Amino acid sequence: MAAGQTAIEAKGVTKQFGAGPDAVKALDNVSVSIRENEFFTLLGPSGCGKTTLLRLIAGFDFPTEGEILLYGQDIAPLPPFKRPVNTVFQSYALFPHMTVAQNIGFGLEMLGKPRSEIDARVTQMLQLVRMEELRNRRTSQISGGQQQRVALARALAPAPKVLLLDEPLSALDAKLRKDMQIELKRLQHETGITFIFVTHDQEEALTMSDRIAVMSKGNILQVGSPRDIYDRPSERFVANFIGETNFLAGEMAGVSGGEASVKLTGGSVITAGIPEGLKPSGKVTIVVRPEHADLVQGETPADLRGVLENVVYFGTDTHYYVKLDGSPEPFIIRQQNTRGGGQGFARGDKVGIALEAHSAQVLRD
Amino acid sequence: MAKALSKAEQVARAMEGQQMTRNRWLSMPAVLFITVFGIGPLILMFIYSFLVAAPYGGVVWKFTTDAYVYFLFQADIFDGTLQFAPDFLIIYFRSFVFALITTGVCLVLGFPTAYFMATRPPSQRNWWVLLITIPFWSNLLVRTLAIMFIIRDQGLLNGFLIWIGVIDKPITLLYTDFAIVLGLLYSYLPFMVLPLYSSLEKFDFRLVEAGFDLYATRRRVLWRIIIPIARPGIIAGCLLVFIPALGAYVTPLILGGGKHLMIGDLIAQQFGSGRNWPLGSAQAFILMAAVLVALYFYVRNTSGKVTHGH
Repeated sequence: MAAGQTAIEAKGVTKQFGAGPDAVKALDNVSVSIRENEFFTLLGPSGCGKTTLLRLIAGFDFPTEGEILLYGQDIAPLPPFKRPVNTVFQSYALFPHMTVAQNIGFGLEMLGKPRSEIDARVTQMLQLVRMEELRNRRTSQISGGQQQRVALARALAPAPKVLLLDEPLSALDAKLRKDMQIELKRLQHETGITFIFVTHDQEEALTMSDRIAVMSKGNILQVGSPRDIYDRPSERFVANFIGETNFLAGEMAGVSGGEASVKLTGGSVITAGIPEGLKPSGKVTIVVRPEHADLVQGETPADLRGVLENVVYFGTDTHYYVKLDGSPEPFIIRQQNTRGGGQGFARGDKVGIALEAHSAQVLRD
Repeated sequence: MAKALSKAEQVARAMEGQQMTRNRWLSMPAVLFITVFGIGPLILMFIYSFLVAAPYGGVVWKFTTDAYVYFLFQADIFDGTLQFAPDFLIIYFRSFVFALITTGVCLVLGFPTAYFMATRPPSQRNWWVLLITIPFWSNLLVRTLAIMFIIRDQGLLNGFLIWIGVIDKPITLLYTDFAIVLGLLYSYLPFMVLPLYSSLEKFDFRLVEAGFDLYATRRRVLWRIIIPIARPGIIAGCLLVFIPALGAYVTPLILGGGKHLMIGDLIAQQFGSGRNWPLGSAQAFILMAAVLVALYFYVRNTSGKVTHGH
């Protein structure tokens, strides 16, 4: 995506709640840069600090330490109403005493824009979220999905430099959520505004984001494109949090061309990616995603060997659980059924596993 | 299918109807009580206001509009002609002013209090409500007398002010308009705080953040978001303070020293030492009419613009 200017930058941000021995560090020395016109997602389980970071950017809380820069200017001490940043709240927080149009126009009104400009902008926003006919409805008279659109239109109306979205889709049912994911991408594309999206839903993060920051316990563990994060997780937590994963123990055999040669316990040597800045040595853990491995007959050469423990048919693909020699955890393989997966193997078979070249990744731990 | 559905609807409606008929009887005790002890005496008073006063209290059953005429006029002692006498009107006017000031100050003092209470953690809120209701644990008369001891010339307040040297002789506070309004404020403040609290307690404070986020300053968040949404509580609180304050009896009697009458004392006088029950009844009905008219305009002005969603 557009690798443009930096829109938002957090520099060594720490946020501590409470004081003394009860103090909780919600964010611990977090630094991250978010580019202009980017769909950036903060992903993590509840309590990881993602919402705290969003609130610091919005101005609802102030950092204990560190700076938050908006196009190079430190906005950390500014109150929320002086920041050209708007938020879509998880609860929508629509004003119940106002109509849809009044809600959308509120920000512009507070900015002191003339009536005619507000009306024109409200009309434009209603068109953008496809809700022209509900202009004069009360917010209590429209559905959850429609409220969501009004919340979006309200936050976009003042044309903020950055739009913050705090788990905005979590209150919607699955079908509506899918529609809104597409809608959000469209809105981001059409408005050209930088989106910072907070979610705990890894699938949502993978499908919508240009880049993802995975967070845990007040730290950002990894920042990268959805493909990077998924295929090249640098930490055990990241690999575990996003999708199904196989962990394998191995020993470093050497580094060449930025890739590691890892000797697996079974004896075969495979290549694996290395996280930035890591110089692995000795025993290491590597990850392989279930779709980057193939099941082969027991007698053909393979990277790993084991006994097929279970076969689960999922319609589009088939999952195989292989009990590896000398490992308690089953190795999971996912094969698409179009490629003839799901056939030719039965429970109890002695099988081999062939890993796709360059698909493994060394973990930081 | 359509027929079966309408049948189901019929059944549902019939059941609902039955339920409503059954529940109607639940209101009967209250309806009966209000009729016998509320509406009955009002009708009686209305009739009294058109009768002739008996010399030692009570009424003579003869129709006259004298009571309403003498509300505004006085018969000349020598020739018996009617002359405009605004004495009662002045008392009414003063009572309205006192009640308005009381309501206004109660709102200004009560709103931050209620806001504070509503923003406490839920576990603490009931304690704050309890604290607000503490004055109700003792009699209004006792509390009013206590105020008297505080503000009289040799009272606590003057004593303290002299002791710290702000003044060198006592300021007369007791038996003044100030004393009456102070007493009314003290008596009715909880009636403002409680309805305000109950509407602010339901308030979704995330809306405040939404307001800040959309460039509203603190003041604008208050005026454009919090106050409009708390409006039902504000209306209820104002009515609960204004109406009883307008008809207050004990407070002006004790703290006004009988010199600064309010409507309540005036009416009481007609039934007591004045021995003019028709005049007292007429005064009471004029008060009621005035309150109803005021209410009509107040409610129309405050709830006409936007009705609260939910």
